[in-house]
Amino acid sequence: MTHIRLENLSLSFPVLHGASRSLKKTLLARAKATVTKPASVGGRMRLGAVASDAVLVQALSGLTFQINGGERIGLIGHNGAGKTTLLRVLAGIYETDDGYLDIEGDSHALIDPQSGMNPELSGRENLNLFACRIGLPKGQLPALEADVEAFAELGPFFDLPVRLYSSGMSIRLGFALATVPRPRILLMDEWFMAGDQRFQEKAKERMAGMVDAAEILVVTSHSLPVLKQWCTRILWMEEGQIRMDGPTDTVLEAYEASLA
Amino acid sequence: MNSSAPAPKEPEMQRLPKHDLSPLKFDQRRGSPAARAWDDFRGASKLWRLGVMLGWLDIKLRYRGSALGPFWLTITSAIMVASMGVLYSRLFHQDMKVYLPFLALSLTLWQTGLSSLLQESCTSFLDAESIIRSSRLPLLLQAIRVVVRNAIVFAHNIIVPVGVFAIYHVWPGSTALLALPSLLLWGLDGFAACMLLGSLCARFRDVPPIIGALLQIVFYVTPVIWQPQQLAGKARYLLYNPFYALLEVVRAPLLGHIPSIGVWLVALLTSAVFWVIAIWAFVRVRSRLVFWI
Repeated sequence: MTHIRLENLSLSFPVLHGASRSLKKTLLARAKATVTKPASVGGRMRLGAVASDAVLVQALSGLTFQINGGERIGLIGHNGAGKTTLLRVLAGIYETDDGYLDIEGDSHALIDPQSGMNPELSGRENLNLFACRIGLPKGQLPALEADVEAFAELGPFFDLPVRLYSSGMSIRLGFALATVPRPRILLMDEWFMAGDQRFQEKAKERMAGMVDAAEILVVTSHSLPVLKQWCTRILWMEEGQIRMDGPTDTVLEAYEASLA
Repeated sequence: MNSSAPAPKEPEMQRLPKHDLSPLKFDQRRGSPAARAWDDFRGASKLWRLGVMLGWLDIKLRYRGSALGPFWLTITSAIMVASMGVLYSRLFHQDMKVYLPFLALSLTLWQTGLSSLLQESCTSFLDAESIIRSSRLPLLLQAIRVVVRNAIVFAHNIIVPVGVFAIYHVWPGSTALLALPSLLLWGLDGFAACMLLGSLCARFRDVPPIIGALLQIVFYVTPVIWQPQQLAGKARYLLYNPFYALLEVVRAPLLGHIPSIGVWLVALLTSAVFWVIAIWAFVRVRSRLVFWI
């Protein structure tokens, strides 16, 4: 049975910069740390004990919820509330040993429109790479190529490097590729809302097929109409925690009230 | 809203897979770090085709727009071998007929073999930042990519010593086949280097220059441009230099000699120890790597 279950899941990660990037300085700092006590600041960030300027960010803390098959979840919250981080955790890109995570069912994440695309390669080469990545049988490649070429409307650009594409073109290509698999769990960041009106309409059709096939959808968005249309349940996130979890209308009302 | 999906698109889409053929069964959280690292390895070996393709595309990209492509490398190393050969055969009072084939082979093995494999392994994960941060692919796929990329460059450069051998009528005979298992050993060591140095360099950005500097020193203390015989009675101390053993297991067969047991033992033991350290390091840091790059 397809489901996602989180129990008291937390995730913190280091933001490395400056001296914490240097092996020499880190070794020195560690030697020093054995003599002096490591500094710590309260709140959401604390200074790491190892290198003096490695900052540990508490991105998610104490998340507990369960998503069952058939549910369409919307993640809402301010920038930096942990929405994309949560998606990455659900996608298996970020791992944490803090808490419990149980996921049943294959998942596919649409996190970055350029997801794994090499800007130096042509659209066609990127498509071949993608086909290889999802293990598409050789015989289906022409069908995929025709499908993507038609959707992305690249014309002669299909054989030119992706870095020469307009942003619209690369989003269309990324979107066309990303929507090929039919996973049981679909995780989607808000980028798919980008693009002009015409793209939005085309995208909607393609998206609908994919969302329909998925048993669980988790999508982040700032657009309330989109969430109202697609989701049956909303998780409102704030500072890496769940502020509210409930049916779409209830949570969005409260969210709107908090913004007002 | 879904019923309004256009009919003509359906038959086309139906031929595409119904489910994401994810390479890794999703069972993170259910297993020790070692088990998860093992999953990563299994996932990567299932996707070896993708690794080969990535490595091949790297080469293609590097030389896109140049008519000669990777053969530029071949020309560069041919010129280098020719100029160094003339100079050093004088300096070392060596016979060109003996020295030039040795130098051509040695330099190629060192530069496009050991040295470049180690140096490129440093950036194996860093170079793949966007792909690692946006999708769940086995990390070790990048190790396959680096090894494949180096193997391709190596294959282009081996033409130089082969040409020099032909000019001087040097023929190693069937002993040369002994170099094949040794090259496989290099490939495995390169894979391990990606696990160890790739992780280390992702965390500490000052490591690649350190590795580069160390390799420079190793180049001079290892018999690459000079021959072990020139040390006369002191040549036995070379066995304490693992790079000598690693180089010799490939070079000696290609020159028609069989490497000594001692050389084999040092090469295999060094590789085994290196592997153990690399696996230990990778298992420990795998889940944190994504935050470092």
